[in-house]
Amino acid sequence: MDSCVKIINEWDIVAARQLGRNVARDLGFGTVDQARITTAISELARNIYLYAEQGEVCIEKTESGGKIGLVIISEDQGPGISDLRKVMEDGFSTSGGLGAGLPGVKRLVDEFHIESNPGEGTLIKAIKWLR
Amino acid sequence: MRIPILKLHDTLLISIQWELDDQTALQFQEDLLHKIHETSARGVVIDLTSIDFIDSFIAKVLGDVISMSELMGAKVMITGIQPAVAITLIELGIRLEDVLTALDLEKGLEKLQRELED
Repeated sequence: MDSCVKIINEWDIVAARQLGRNVARDLGFGTVDQARITTAISELARNIYLYAEQGEVCIEKTESGGKIGLVIISEDQGPGISDLRKVMEDGFSTSGGLGAGLPGVKRLVDEFHIESNPGEGTLIKAIKWLR
Repeated sequence: MRIPILKLHDTLLISIQWELDDQTALQFQEDLLHKIHETSARGVVIDLTSIDFIDSFIAKVLGDVISMSELMGAKVMITGIQPAVAITLIELGIRLEDVLTALDLEKGLEKLQRELED
């Protein structure tokens, strides 16, 4: 169970979140966590579509200390983010409200890691653990 | 595929039955406004019972179509928001402010009638 969706157009956003929802359901996540995972993937895929034009969202299963989790990896070679601290502040937006922003996505998951370099792209890894 | 809009007296009824992609959501926005214009509807009920998640884009389209309908003189009631949808929308930081809501279609229609009588 290791699959990726290339994000080029808005239909790929739908494909990515459907993949995520199916994996979440198969792993045994409840309806609320399925909604959290689906929404987080939709937001990350939309960020790629809006800002990077092209990238990839991958969904993986992970296991650690007897816990099972779902990992969302969002990777693009877009313009990157120059001020990471600023984009992680609630209310910061460069799209005029088209996306909920990364702080919202962070609240939907249990772990959130972001790496970004201007001119190189952005890599986000988010994990939701099965309770 | 387009979302069907039904007319019931002076109210328009919409039940969204499948996952909304961007195009369907934007097409719905346009279709609803045309239908309000065509039918002189005073109220609109949008039922979301079958929707299991709403992201920021769908929320924005919904919020916008509510404001647009109100500009035209029609009141919009949202019904059937599932627990998972309510939880994720708030966690995501999305506030659908000043939106009329009800637990289900039946309560929504009753509440809308009262609003329209005021």
